Amino acid sequence: MKKPWGVRIWRWSIISVVGAYLMVPLYAMFDFSTKPFGFQDKGRTFRAWQIIPSQPDLMIAIGKSLVTAGIVMSLILFLIVPTAIWVHLKLPLLRRPFELLCLLPLAIPAIVIVVGIAPLYRWISIHLTESPITLSAVYSMLILPYTYRSLSAALDAVDIHTLAEAARTLGADTSRVIFGIIMPTIKTGIVNGSFIAIALVMGEFTISNILNYKTFQVVIAQIGRTNGNVAVAVSLASILFVLVLLLAIPTKKRQGKVLDVDLV
Amino acid sequence: MSSSTYVQLVDLAKYFGKVRALDGLTLDIAQGELVALLGPSGCGKTTALRALAGLQELDRGQLIVDGKDVTFQSANKRGMGMVFQAYSLFPHMTARENVEYGLKLKAHKTAGDKRKARSAELLDLVGLSTHANHYPHQLSGGQQQRVALARALAISPKVLLLDEPLSALDAKVRTQLREEIRRIQLELGTTTLFVTHDQEEALSIADRVGVMRNGQLEQIAAPSELYDRPKTSFVAEFVGLTNPISGKVSGGSIEILGGVVKTLPGSVTSGTGIALVRPESLDVVASNSSNGKVAAASFLGASCRLNITMNDGTKVTAQLPSLDAAGIGAGASVTVSLLDMPVFVKAAG
Repeated sequence: MKKPWGVRIWRWSIISVVGAYLMVPLYAMFDFSTKPFGFQDKGRTFRAWQIIPSQPDLMIAIGKSLVTAGIVMSLILFLIVPTAIWVHLKLPLLRRPFELLCLLPLAIPAIVIVVGIAPLYRWISIHLTESPITLSAVYSMLILPYTYRSLSAALDAVDIHTLAEAARTLGADTSRVIFGIIMPTIKTGIVNGSFIAIALVMGEFTISNILNYKTFQVVIAQIGRTNGNVAVAVSLASILFVLVLLLAIPTKKRQGKVLDVDLV
Repeated sequence: MSSSTYVQLVDLAKYFGKVRALDGLTLDIAQGELVALLGPSGCGKTTALRALAGLQELDRGQLIVDGKDVTFQSANKRGMGMVFQAYSLFPHMTARENVEYGLKLKAHKTAGDKRKARSAELLDLVGLSTHANHYPHQLSGGQQQRVALARALAISPKVLLLDEPLSALDAKVRTQLREEIRRIQLELGTTTLFVTHDQEEALSIADRVGVMRNGQLEQIAAPSELYDRPKTSFVAEFVGLTNPISGKVSGGSIEILGGVVKTLPGSVTSGTGIALVRPESLDVVASNSSNGKVAAASFLGASCRLNITMNDGTKVTAQLPSLDAAGIGAGASVTVSLLDMPVFVKAAG
């Protein structure tokens, strides 16, 4: 049945306002990035876009950020998710303290965190390694509030106790229960949590800048200081890249298969 | 212990703070037998079942299955098949994958072809062969519990444990499925422990029914014996309906409603007692020389239930075949008498 005209007009006006709110800045970015910025340019130009690949450090920085995101993802899958499941299944009394602990990074400003841990990281960078692994460790702490919330909501929505007990009576050991039964069951929560985490990793500036890591966002800021058009072009490109990533989210069926790790 | 005893629960105790969930429970189950544990909420029946499954640690006691002590064996090594009250199918697996799950694990590892054949056979047994590729959310509650039953049976369990598997289902599906559970259990000869708070369910399918109270077994017997010859007032009152009618006890019988009936062992032996009379032990006929008046009559199909106020003010409920109750409606004057069936008599007050 068709909705009355009033409702449809109201609905479309809301969609248009929200759409404009989101799209106008993107259009403005595109407009700015195609404006002439050299003496030889006239009218529209795609020179800012064309010289993106030749920017020093940019490709390396993108690579570094992606590797960091990858490591953070693995930490989520193999450390945070099993821990959250374990706490929900076996240590219900620890749920509140654990939740509070996970929310702490949200309450402490990033700059305070980084000032506190900078000496340690400087030491690690000098004496051990400068690889993104160390940066991933800080990020995995920063993402806790978002990841844990979404995992906790997913775990609360399913009767994981009964599922775990059913699997155990059928002969499953603890790792199989966690990786083979509970994780596929809460895959939507895991995927949501992971996306928020990746978005945060790809956009975080303060910590990587202060710790002297040349990540994607640090390099964009650097380019912005010398050439605004290119910086805006790169930013828009990165937004489109993330959009493509989001559209490429595995389908429901495939997610289940991917996460159903066979451990025995 | 009889020679055919297969499962033994010996002096089980489990305390949750001050609550005694199990307090010295001892129970023997013969091979191939279906025993139902019946009792009110909090009587410890589920704790007993979970202890046997290995999902509940005990404070005291011993569990023996097939001659082996399994008290300290972990749940994933006990080989018990369990069907839970809550829907417990793995939501990311199809019905067939759920049934095959146990057979893929180390404990019951089965080769691919045999596994497929076994899951097909079991889904057929529970009447769901056409739903093998459905996911749990595509199945109704009853179908989900059937798959759960097939999954539990797939590993050829030593004991099948059923933890109120029908309580989330509607009445019709419940009756159907409980009969099916019994058919399958008899067909496969699986030793089964069935926990329920629904007495009709327990009485209709079990070989023996154990009534539990405060973590102990009050009485365990065949359904008809439990109903007709309760050993304690708790069993008499919990299983089926009873009319408490006081009377004078002497020499193994009680005088009530103008007649004398024998008392069951365990009853009060002298003085005033309260007989617990089943509604179907009362005979009701319409007559002018009445001793009671019908306050309300409910038609139940094959039978009819009459709420009667006796002349002395006692209220009793009688149940008789609808044919015999024809013409007896609310307000009718009736004569209530007792059929010659022994009754349990508890102490007055």
